[in-house]
Amino acid sequence: MRRLPLLAALLALAGPARAVTPDEQLKDPKLEARARSISQELRCVVCQNQSIDDSEAPLAHDLRVILRERIAAGDSDDQAKAYLVRRYGHFVLLKPPFEPATWALWLGPLLILGLGGVSVAMYWREHSKGPAEMTPGDEAELASLMASAEDHD
Amino acid sequence: MVAEVGQFALILAFLLALTQAAAPLAGAHRGDLTLMALGRAAALMQAGFVALAFICLAVSYVACDFSVALVAQHANTAQPLAYRIAASWGSHEGSMLLWALILAIYGGAVARFGGTLRETLQARVLGVQGLVGAAFLGFLIFTSNPFLRLDPAPVEGVELNPLLQDPGLVSHPPLLYLGYVGFSVAFAFAVAALLEGRVDAAWARWVRPWVLAAWIPLTCGITLGSLWAYYELGWGGWWFWDPVENASLMPWLLGTALLHSALVLERRGALPSWTILLAILTFSLSLVGTFLVRSGILTSVHAFAVDPERGIWILGIIGLFTGAALILYAWRAPALQSGALFAPLSREAGITLNNLFLTVMCAVVFLGTFSPVFIELAGGDKISVGPPYYVRTFAPLAVPLLALVVFGPMLNWKRDAWPALKSRLAIPAAAAGAVALAVLAFGGWKSLVATAAISLSAWLLAGSAAIPLRRWWAGRASLGRTIRTTPPGVIGLSMAHAGLGLLLLGVAGVTAWQQDKVTTMQPGQSVAFAGRTIALQSLELVDGPNYQARQARFAVGGRFGSHELVGERRAYATSQTTEAAVHVTPLGNLYVSVGDPQDGGIVVRMWSHPLIMWIWTGGFLMAAGGLVSLSDRRLRLGAPARAPARVSQPVPAVAE
Amino acid sequence: MRRLAFIAPVALLALVLAGFGLGLRRDPSILPSMLIGKPLPAFALPAVRPGDAGLSSQALAGRPALLNVFASTCGPCLIEHPLLLRLKAEGVMVAGIDWKEPGAQGAAWLAQNGDPYVLAGNDPDGRAGIDLGVSGTPETFVLDRRGRVRYRQVGAITPEVWRATIQPLLARLEAES
Repeated sequence: MRRLPLLAALLALAGPARAVTPDEQLKDPKLEARARSISQELRCVVCQNQSIDDSEAPLAHDLRVILRERIAAGDSDDQAKAYLVRRYGHFVLLKPPFEPATWALWLGPLLILGLGGVSVAMYWREHSKGPAEMTPGDEAELASLMASAEDHD
Repeated sequence: MVAEVGQFALILAFLLALTQAAAPLAGAHRGDLTLMALGRAAALMQAGFVALAFICLAVSYVACDFSVALVAQHANTAQPLAYRIAASWGSHEGSMLLWALILAIYGGAVARFGGTLRETLQARVLGVQGLVGAAFLGFLIFTSNPFLRLDPAPVEGVELNPLLQDPGLVSHPPLLYLGYVGFSVAFAFAVAALLEGRVDAAWARWVRPWVLAAWIPLTCGITLGSLWAYYELGWGGWWFWDPVENASLMPWLLGTALLHSALVLERRGALPSWTILLAILTFSLSLVGTFLVRSGILTSVHAFAVDPERGIWILGIIGLFTGAALILYAWRAPALQSGALFAPLSREAGITLNNLFLTVMCAVVFLGTFSPVFIELAGGDKISVGPPYYVRTFAPLAVPLLALVVFGPMLNWKRDAWPALKSRLAIPAAAAGAVALAVLAFGGWKSLVATAAISLSAWLLAGSAAIPLRRWWAGRASLGRTIRTTPPGVIGLSMAHAGLGLLLLGVAGVTAWQQDKVTTMQPGQSVAFAGRTIALQSLELVDGPNYQARQARFAVGGRFGSHELVGERRAYATSQTTEAAVHVTPLGNLYVSVGDPQDGGIVVRMWSHPLIMWIWTGGFLMAAGGLVSLSDRRLRLGAPARAPARVSQPVPAVAE
Repeated sequence: MRRLAFIAPVALLALVLAGFGLGLRRDPSILPSMLIGKPLPAFALPAVRPGDAGLSSQALAGRPALLNVFASTCGPCLIEHPLLLRLKAEGVMVAGIDWKEPGAQGAAWLAQNGDPYVLAGNDPDGRAGIDLGVSGTPETFVLDRRGRVRYRQVGAITPEVWRATIQPLLARLEAES
């Protein structure tokens, strides 16, 4: 049985995102800008695919407030994110971490591009070769065929 | 009564689909013309019966027949008529029925309009279509019956989710399905070709209009979905890399690659196995998209009522069709060799590069969407993949692709020379350079990425316009006459590539220069924002047909002229929505959204979205280009019409 | 070599489908708790019920316990409520956190529906809950003697969940030293 989060999700889905309210905002514009940009990288864990910057869910509001507290208290971007990761796991990050479990995710595109590039290059090589050179045996066969064709004229 | 008619129509359609599957495949195998003709007839009849079933469902909705379970769950008497009809596809069962309907209609179209196809090929295509249709009709009848009854019938139904009560969102699913399901024809063609053992230029010419016919509505559907999200969801976002959005993007990317690959196959006979593989995979990705939305494997704003049991069914369908097709491919495709020769600097080479990039981009989206599932299965962390991932992986791939788009149509087939190519590219390059300087001069130096993107957009626009313009320049006729005598395929391609340029322009503008502000306003207050002054004039409560709203009226003045904006916060029976107030200009939008009351006033959020309308203009221009291309008779002439002499009919006795 | 390239797509498909099939068994919206195996984060919450002592993390050490996060506005909480009442009657240590509402509301709800909590605390701004990684109600943490989290139930504790998971776990924790 789903519980409160579904209701919150419905509300979040229905309302405007970029849901920061004026009273949440920090006074210092530089810190507020940092808070906004970090918020856009943090997932609202009770919503369906929104950042906490976008979601109107009560939990998103709480996380925005907490994030601003951490930033105002002097945390760096990474420290502020780590604070939330300690509580909710890596799922709260919209940008997946770079760790052994996600190597395939981050390096995959490069690998596939490389593999694809090699196949394309091989394909081009194969398809730009002209017809095979004639061997001496071929030449002789051609000569005899030509000769017999002339005989039949 | 109506629902029962619909039920029986579905069952009959299922049986006809089975016939359509068995008869022509057997007929093609044995050279039996009667069986093949039976397949055509079955296809047409199947389309008729599925249409009947769909009409029955729609009629139940219009009549508010709450004894039909679906109707009770997605419509009530207060709902406007248009949205009662649209609710037919607003549920899992209804949308599945729409899927089956479009599948049947495409099959019927192949039966009716495929007269120029080789008889056995047409029969095999119909056979595969029939198999797919049977699978989906079976899925409908046995697990997702739209005609289930409720006893006792409720007096009033539950209204359709208010977010879906919108003209844009009403047309979004049918367009998308025309695309997704349309690729089933390409799939059927590919499997048929593998069964026949022949993949040649004639096949490519036959399949290309069907691929275009699917690509066009898919492009429209995706563009429309993005546009709808922008004006409806209330915060000016237009793409979220949501799993189901990605599910529509993946077949689009591969479908675009397929379109170009089939062109090469038709003109030069190259890339046969690659084209076949693309045709198989594009439809498979459509199936995966369906799986995503209905199985609950990933959370998404788009998900229907999720049911892992149905997910297993769809997985089975994917396994059956994609698996069989790929096994057939592994077996037959190695024999499909092409001897076509081309130089590294040629249109063929350009298109293989295009295919490479599109395929890798599709793979990236697939990775991003499904990695969380696989990583969690492998015992790792539960992670999530959002826009920050795609910005770092998808965008860097898109840039070289977009740059190469201009090269493609300017390259000669088979072999081209760099000096000649350089001279053709001179004007687009000059345009790109000039635009870059202009943007830099007007403040672009603050965002070099945006300047580069806009310059790339100019490159695309100039490069696309250059194609018909060069023809005019080279000939002596007037521009109008040149355009009229240019093959529609060439005009279409210019339009489509230009559309890409416009899309890029919009993306660059809004990503680089978007601004926003959130503040509390009282009536009478005004605020300065993005070169405009926005004053809140009044705040009142209004009533709609099935909602109550808090309506705010704004007077806007400043650099972009004076006008009024009206925004609403609506409360429906089950949820709330925001109707944003948007002022649209070619240079950018002002987007104002009304929030909750606070401190006696109201929370107002405002955004400036420079150049954003070009995103959707570009998308629709691409689709329009496709339509123009589709009108090209060269696509439909195909191979010569079948000779009327019948092999298996007895020679009539000559009258003495 | 070429043959291999043609077989690759089928092989990949098999892997992907297997992954999807297995993936269907999970619930994608349930987050695993970051606290499993770790001690409870420290908190000291004021009372929910008038005249009560409130709830602190230290008070939960010493014996296996259930820590249940609830709210008066939460429907599913009512569904598991009879089970919690029965557990209290059987002597299980059930503690409650009244999450994100004034204590008076929680107290009224308990007075109306029955009070299964030996200890209860009020978390009006939700911070203690966020420290626990709570994202909604109800959630229940199973703690061992040393105050470490051993399991987290997201959503109501249904009879099946109780029988299959939590009851055996509690029995094991009781037997632990």
